[in-house]
Amino acid sequence: MNEGQIDESLRSELQRQGVWVTSMQELYNWGRKNSIWPLQFGLACCAIEMIATAASRYDIARFGGEVFRPSPRQADLMIVAGTVTKKMAPQIVRLYNQMPDPKYVISMGACAISGGPFKQGYNVLKGIDRYIPVDVYIPGCPPRPEALLHAFMELQHKIDSQKLSGSEKAEFLKPEQSSEFPVPAFGEHDLNPPANPRTYQPPKLERV
Amino acid sequence: METLEQIKNRAELAAHGAKIDIIVNSGPSQQSSLLIDNEHAVAVAQFLRDHPALSFDFCSNVTGVDWLDRTIKKTTKVKQTVDGVEKEVDQTSEEKISGYLEAVYHLYSMKLKHGPIIIRMRTANRTDGAKLPSLTPVWRSAELQEREIFDLYGIHFRGHPDLRRILMWDEFVDHPMRKDYAPPDDFEWEPTPHDDVLERAKKHYEPRPQLDGAEQITAQKP
Repeated sequence: MNEGQIDESLRSELQRQGVWVTSMQELYNWGRKNSIWPLQFGLACCAIEMIATAASRYDIARFGGEVFRPSPRQADLMIVAGTVTKKMAPQIVRLYNQMPDPKYVISMGACAISGGPFKQGYNVLKGIDRYIPVDVYIPGCPPRPEALLHAFMELQHKIDSQKLSGSEKAEFLKPEQSSEFPVPAFGEHDLNPPANPRTYQPPKLERV
Repeated sequence: METLEQIKNRAELAAHGAKIDIIVNSGPSQQSSLLIDNEHAVAVAQFLRDHPALSFDFCSNVTGVDWLDRTIKKTTKVKQTVDGVEKEVDQTSEEKISGYLEAVYHLYSMKLKHGPIIIRMRTANRTDGAKLPSLTPVWRSAELQEREIFDLYGIHFRGHPDLRRILMWDEFVDHPMRKDYAPPDDFEWEPTPHDDVLERAKKHYEPRPQLDGAEQITAQKP
């Protein structure tokens, strides 16, 4: 049994007897996953779906994510909703760097995950994962609000499973792990560097 | 609206020394345009805007065109005497036209409800002579679009109040809408490459072998 973990059968037995037992880790993650505050910014048409998700019909408030923050200092989650142009990419990395740990990224829509229909163009970034680490990718053009809610729930699962101690503890708790990523510079022909090797490796083709 | 011929003659009278050519468009739209010499362009534009019978007060669109060096082959019939007999012989001549950049303006009149009239200006060449007079002092709506042409085609507009890049960043040096623009080689694998994307894909990945064994799978014969 891991440190800070309780045996499942013992816990359910205790619960039957009216004793509710939890661990610090569970309580902490339970609080975190039900109060994810997204950063309020949109880049293109996906932002309209994100707004629809926050509005009353789909209501992201059911999952504790309704508090869209206009400042990165108060946000836990960055929803990259839309086409990331190369001119916009350094600003997004800068916003990400300004967010406090723990921080998460949802890459929403075909453009944000790969460049989408503009992939072979000269001015569109081929996916935001070239510069910042992405936790959940949502395909779609644009994804429906249900898809964003699904990604949100996936992120909640991820937060729930993060460890606070031990060798497998979450990345953001390791003091040597920097959570700032270099901001690309505007070059003469392209962004410099074109991708951060720490977060992105070009796909390798293997034929069997 | 007056015909293009009449407008051309009026404008040439009004702006002394202006030289205007009519570029015929024989396509279905039949929208011929006026090619205006750069020196008198502002005077001609002012005339088109201010003349009471024309009053083109609205510049709806400004765009650029890139013309590379090109040769035009012309076939003409020439009478020749071969062995004392007069014959008509086809003679081909090649005309070399060096490249230039073009700015095209579409003008309408809100007041008289007519238009469009299309005017063009051409640069001397595609490199150091890519300069044109700005028509922003005449039509304010041309400001952002002339900046866009400056950004994407590299035409410098003399007399523009605020000429800097508008879509790409300031440090960028290329002009992406030019026909000889080469984008940065940041190809990423695609499942179904085609056309010029396929050409770029071949440089980065080995093409799929022609025979991969699938051709041996056939329906079983009875």
